[in-house]
Amino acid sequence: MSTTVDAAPVSAMIPVATRTQKLGRLVLDYPLGAFGAVVLLIMVLAAIFAPLIAPYDPTVGDSTALFQPPSAQYLLGTDAFGRDILSRLIYGARISLMVGFGASTGGIVIGTTIGVLAGYLGGWFDTVSQRIMDALLAFPMLLLALAITSVLGPSLTNVIIALGLPIVPRAARIARASTMSLINTTFIEAARATGCSDTRIIFRHILPNTFAPLLVIATAYLGLAIVQEAALDYLGAGIQEPQSSWGLMMTGSATSLALTAPWIVIIPGLAICLAVLSSNFLGDAIRDALDPKLQRSLR
Amino acid sequence: MAQFLFARFWSGLMTLFCVAVIVFIIVRVIPGDAAMMLTGAGAGVVSEQELEAVRERLGINQPLPVQFVAWVGDFVRFDLGTSIRTGAPVADEIAARFPYTLQIAVMAMVIAVVLGVPAGVLAARFTGSWIDRLLQTLSVAGLAAPSFWVGLLIILSLVTFFRWSAPLFWEPFWVSPIQSITQLIWPAIAAGLRQLALIARMTRSIMLEVLGEDYIRTARAKGLSEARVIFRHGLTNGSLPIVTLIGFEFAALFGSLIITETVFNVPGLGQYVITAIMNRDYPAAQAVVLLLAGIVVIGNLLVDLIYGWLDPRMRLKGKPS
Repeated sequence: MSTTVDAAPVSAMIPVATRTQKLGRLVLDYPLGAFGAVVLLIMVLAAIFAPLIAPYDPTVGDSTALFQPPSAQYLLGTDAFGRDILSRLIYGARISLMVGFGASTGGIVIGTTIGVLAGYLGGWFDTVSQRIMDALLAFPMLLLALAITSVLGPSLTNVIIALGLPIVPRAARIARASTMSLINTTFIEAARATGCSDTRIIFRHILPNTFAPLLVIATAYLGLAIVQEAALDYLGAGIQEPQSSWGLMMTGSATSLALTAPWIVIIPGLAICLAVLSSNFLGDAIRDALDPKLQRSLR
Repeated sequence: MAQFLFARFWSGLMTLFCVAVIVFIIVRVIPGDAAMMLTGAGAGVVSEQELEAVRERLGINQPLPVQFVAWVGDFVRFDLGTSIRTGAPVADEIAARFPYTLQIAVMAMVIAVVLGVPAGVLAARFTGSWIDRLLQTLSVAGLAAPSFWVGLLIILSLVTFFRWSAPLFWEPFWVSPIQSITQLIWPAIAAGLRQLALIARMTRSIMLEVLGEDYIRTARAKGLSEARVIFRHGLTNGSLPIVTLIGFEFAALFGSLIITETVFNVPGLGQYVITAIMNRDYPAAQAVVLLLAGIVVIGNLLVDLIYGWLDPRMRLKGKPS
């Protein structure tokens, strides 16, 4: 009888966290990560609903309003063709985020596949794939992307491929390392002893354990892909006019723009910084939340 | 030790070989061959025989493996072919441009190390203070800002505040060192900012680790000055990973310079390779891409060797992972 009396207050004392409360605690524990997530979410929403939000058509300029400074009519000013910079920024978010998410997801999926197989199978597959990955790592990321877009031609898909490829060896290296560290652990041995197939071991036991580091590098490469995409566009090897992207918005001679319209150069760069900062913060928070021991070894 | 050296050299050589294969494949995949490019064929003005003659001259009518061996053979003998765009030997063009790139890279790295290491030490010594938070914020910002945008901002401010104009002629270092340094300091800052932030963060986290060790407490307990404790006992022991990072970043810097040079219009290797790729000048593009990748491979190899030399444990273990 006493047990039933005691049970009620004890269970009442342990707070059962609802989903909102859990989320609230995450936000309190990782304020910067929450900031990053919110900013990225806003950017994604702005990109999706660009036609509804953008005040002007991003491709059509007003020839009577060239190089307008930020004002009530044009919140962030206009560019050399009289196009509204805010509208171009919002439409540019589409390109930047599509390339960023596309390249980092694609690169990490392919890289993980290669890395896990190399770590698990070993043998000639490991040797050959590692050689190729090492060779790919030797190329400066931007140079490799530039070479690929020049071969494939500049288009959105090709830019995603070009920026995803340099991510492959970097993801493969991490996936391989964590597979190798898992493969001799007792729980894999136990799984094998109970008769698990290789596929089951890879999908049920290895992949979930490589998830944390890969999620962290996914956010890091999201930011990196956004920067490199802007660089490709800036060089004229990526997205082409009259489409809008953050890198494209900065092209033109900085020396002459300095005296006429410096905001044309400053504003898209701030947008890139904010996106990269947000994905870095989010990545840091995910790393701390999922695995406090994980080294800060990302570059 | 000999075994360690041999293993590292062999693996570096194999990587270089794979790099060459990848460059070769990328160039060969491009639709339309170099003969078409050279003669401007496609409009129907060049006959098939003329095309064949050009292919014969360039050696691209031979089987791919033969071409590959010939190309690599020429490359090791520094015969890099002639540029399609300018008609000048690629080796000469590279030789004229490489000094600028090397100088910017060295200057950027010097800036990054000279400012980054003390900043990291300072932040670690005063953890949690306002100076630590300020330095942390600055380094986070430095990592997020794209280097070409930083370059553009530098140009904007120079023009706005100092009426700066881009030099029409970039003085080579050996002609007038001082003028060359003052001209290239701006691209160097733009390129080095990221490395500066990385080195400062790395130094901070390593110093935090080292300063928590017992021997640091011992050093303090026996009454050594704070400066001696931090620099002689702390930084010396933490220097190995910092040196490694500096080595890797120096090699990686050549990659990020390609865009900085374009922003500042410096006639270096980076600007050259971009022009070559954009104009489909294959002999020039493949030579410079291979050279830049080779710098990274050799740089990483040197870092490995230095690491093995500084830390005897590495020699026995072989590959650091």
